[in-house]
Amino acid sequence: MKNINGKTVLTLGVIAFTLILAFILNGALDSYVRRILNLCAIYAIISLSLNLVNGFTGMFSLGQAGFMAIGAYAVAIFTVPAELRASGFYLEPMMPLLANIELPLIAALLLGGLLAALVAFVIGFPVLRLRGDYLAIATLGFSEIIRILFTNMQSVTNGALGIKNVPQLSNMFLIYLAAVITIALLHLLLTSSYGRALKAIREDEIVAEAMGINLLKHKLAAFVISAFFAGVGGGLYGALLGTVDPKNFIFTLTYNFVLIIVLGGLGSISGTVIASFIITIGMEWLRFFDEPLKLFGIEILIFRPGLRMVVFSVLLMVIVLFFQKGIMGQREISFDMLRRIPLRFGKRREDR
Amino acid sequence: MKKSISIMLTALLFVSVLPGCQSSGTNPDVIKIGVFEPLTGDNAGGGELEVEGVKLANELFPEVLGKKVELVIVDNKSDKAEAATAAARLVEQDKVNAIIGSWGSSLSMAAGNIVKDAKVPAVGASCTNPQVTLNNDYYFRVCFIDPFQGTVMANYAISKLGAKTAAIIQEVSNDYSVGLASFFKDSFILNTGAEDSIVDTENYQTGDKDFSAILTNIKAKNPDVIFAPGNFTESALIIKQARQLGIETPFLGGDTWETPDFLSVGGADVNGAAFSTFFDKSMTTTDAAKTFLSEYEKKNPGKEPAAVTALGYDAYILILDAITRANSAEGPAIRDALAQTLNFQGVTGSTTLDANGDAVKDAVIKTVEDGVFTYLDYVAAQ
Amino acid sequence: MIGKIFRNNLTSAILVIILILLAIVFYAAQIGHMEGPVLLQHLVNGISLGSLFALIAIGYTMVYTILSMINFAHSDIFMISLYFAFFSITVFNMPWVLALICVAAATPLVGLLIERLAYRPLRGAPKNSVLISAIGASFLLENAATYLFGGRPKAFPDIPALTRVISVGSVNFQVVSIVIPIITAAILVILINFIHHAKTGVAMRAVAKDYEIARVMGVNVNGIISLTFIIGSVLAAVGGFMWGAKYPGVTPMMGVMPGLKCFVAAVVGGIGDINGAVIGGFILGLGEVLIVALFPGISGYRDAFAFVVLIVILLVRPSGILGSPVAEKV
Repeated sequence: MKNINGKTVLTLGVIAFTLILAFILNGALDSYVRRILNLCAIYAIISLSLNLVNGFTGMFSLGQAGFMAIGAYAVAIFTVPAELRASGFYLEPMMPLLANIELPLIAALLLGGLLAALVAFVIGFPVLRLRGDYLAIATLGFSEIIRILFTNMQSVTNGALGIKNVPQLSNMFLIYLAAVITIALLHLLLTSSYGRALKAIREDEIVAEAMGINLLKHKLAAFVISAFFAGVGGGLYGALLGTVDPKNFIFTLTYNFVLIIVLGGLGSISGTVIASFIITIGMEWLRFFDEPLKLFGIEILIFRPGLRMVVFSVLLMVIVLFFQKGIMGQREISFDMLRRIPLRFGKRREDR
Repeated sequence: MKKSISIMLTALLFVSVLPGCQSSGTNPDVIKIGVFEPLTGDNAGGGELEVEGVKLANELFPEVLGKKVELVIVDNKSDKAEAATAAARLVEQDKVNAIIGSWGSSLSMAAGNIVKDAKVPAVGASCTNPQVTLNNDYYFRVCFIDPFQGTVMANYAISKLGAKTAAIIQEVSNDYSVGLASFFKDSFILNTGAEDSIVDTENYQTGDKDFSAILTNIKAKNPDVIFAPGNFTESALIIKQARQLGIETPFLGGDTWETPDFLSVGGADVNGAAFSTFFDKSMTTTDAAKTFLSEYEKKNPGKEPAAVTALGYDAYILILDAITRANSAEGPAIRDALAQTLNFQGVTGSTTLDANGDAVKDAVIKTVEDGVFTYLDYVAAQ
Repeated sequence: MIGKIFRNNLTSAILVIILILLAIVFYAAQIGHMEGPVLLQHLVNGISLGSLFALIAIGYTMVYTILSMINFAHSDIFMISLYFAFFSITVFNMPWVLALICVAAATPLVGLLIERLAYRPLRGAPKNSVLISAIGASFLLENAATYLFGGRPKAFPDIPALTRVISVGSVNFQVVSIVIPIITAAILVILINFIHHAKTGVAMRAVAKDYEIARVMGVNVNGIISLTFIIGSVLAAVGGFMWGAKYPGVTPMMGVMPGLKCFVAAVVGGIGDINGAVIGGFILGLGEVLIVALFPGISGYRDAFAFVVLIVILLVRPSGILGSPVAEKV
């Protein structure tokens, strides 16, 4: 198993297994569980895109909601069947230029990703010169500007009314395929010399620059790639929901993904994926906090709507304060690591 | 050490998720009605009021076809993604027979395809956007829709207030407000015959607090009425600030204004504001209305029921009525019965559902007098 | 930005504001579609909003100077203070002056609690962790408020002494619109004097400059940081009270937008500079009002104004209007 070929085969095997599993589960599960599992995969894509910037390159961006909005609108504008559009755009007709263009979902997703990347390029060029929290607030500002633009561009986005009748995507296989592709591409990127340059920037910008790494160029590349995946993720999100409106993409949406990458570990692909599942499923599971609870016939008064979010945010604070590295830190799950687990437990027993 | 604790915590979370996913089974002796409403987030106010009505109806009518009716109430956090998941949960996990909800048309729309695919009929209580029921056989509602409401208010402004010009203030990020403003505008222009009778249209975003700038603009245009549909908090603030700027023009709005919070936030300044709504307690034309009012008074002494509370109540008893008429609790059967609803006597008057599943019913125009919602006028359905 | 903190730039600050005002008045007269009283009314509205922004922005700038972090929870401290005010007046029937004092005394406890629980454990941790903790604390406060008080708005009680309308010609404004600028100016003068002349104020500047060295010099760093949070929270409480009197709807999420805008104001003015925060507040307040006044067609974009200004400033002059550019510490 030590040679690279063996590992590659194993990796391909895991990928194939995931996809086959997704394919089988797609038929076996009910739409509620399927929806949640789909949401997990989509959140994983978007969180990975955020982690590329925040975790691997050491910048702090809060603009993911804006890039998602671009992707989601690309899908919503171009995949709604042309004959259904007029009924939605009843206040102001759709811009004639766009009204008759219909694209297949895959093309719209890629277009959304590319548009998000383009916007990231345009804004990243000036903004990425900023440091730390300035970058955070500037990217947050951009994501709000994008949302407000979409709210006001009535003839393109249908404004606050949003776009309905987006052909729904609930096929687990397709969504998991997108997630697997995202993971694979990011893995290839991060293990390349480019990826090591990004990590060098994270560790110490000045040293990285001294080693001949062009800071702006690398940061910009990371930012643009991140926006691309966020755009694709946003497109999938829009297609999963079936309706898109600007309110979805308020900046607090980004906080969900910040939470996921913090829990998973800033700078870990596998951690991000695990955390996406934990948070998404956990949010559903915590629902019982919102429902009245009767124990031995006595209604426990603290169980009422809103408690779920309090518990959720307390958990977040606990993670931030006491488990700063998250689940994985900067490490990844690898086959070597899995092999070592029994050893580690054995060793621990010896320690005692 | 910390790490192993975190791993354990994670594992714990995962393990406990599993039973959570399969806990609720189906019980043939119970008929379940799912309620998905915003109980937290921006729209929590409206959601709470609607649930209040549904719960009251459930207490009064806990059985149908000899089976117990159980409510499953889930919070959709005023968020579309959550609304879709909540509806899917109701349909798949709780196996509900019918669904009530949701306050906020966009939240209802997010659930549209889910109820359609699962063949579980949904009845909206106060979602007034035409798109909710359009092309969806499984979505109904017990309220009228925005085009009617906009027309009602435009006619009222022209015929009762003698208005020749109007200004519009719309909440540009709220589909309800934008839609209603547009229908009002069309109708107002049509009926005054003057293209320039809408002298000004101003926009604001949900959550804005300072409206002095847009109001100063409007003051300079001096319209006869101001139409400002939108969220009750923002609307109350708009009227308050208008009065402070010395604008005496009457304000008109939509059904969302009829909440206690509109009165408490607006104080004395909202006196005289008029809006269209679904129900007034003086309209006790139906038996259901009498029961509702006396029971509501018993539970909430001294409190006035909101129109959306009455609609929540109506949505529930309409579903029960449909189940009785269908003599079945199967989704498609309930749907067919709902679609044939004719002159159903609810709290909010006689309800007939049209081909789209929208209620054709009369509108009430109310105003605020000394801090109390007061009946003003009555407009028959078209 | 850690450089010349709290510089006394009062004269230049006033000058800048006057210049901006003149430019706007001139512009409005040029396009000529606006009558004098209407423009005057807009200016009054803008000044009143701007001074409110300024008041809250000072709190942001102070915490930023000391800890070099965006205190995302500041906007929620502001929100909590409004709930305190609401309850002290409606439940405990306090007269409003007493309520204001109680709220100004109680709110710092929340600020201190957040500092102690969410920020202190992370001192010396990477900047990103602290930022995340701040976001988390803000998130927690909002959710806790939603859970405890519900999502429906609470009506802030009417305080006639503050909300009474004064008419001068055809220009109308509330008493509170004059009170806020006066309070802001008073706080500005007090704070600047405190920072420059009081011993604790000097210690504060030392901590801002380098807290390791300040510690070596015998400054109680944690005490100074706590004090900063107390001052910031008191400002948020006073600002919150005035905000409540002016815009009487209290909801759990109400702090988010004003909070962001006030932070933007602090950055625009030059973070770390109290005068800068005031100037930034006025630019945003006046700008928001005037953009609606002069370009009614784009009133829907009003909320984007703050962010556009932010980005322009960050690109043109990253250290803000009054901030002095400094090299990154290695």
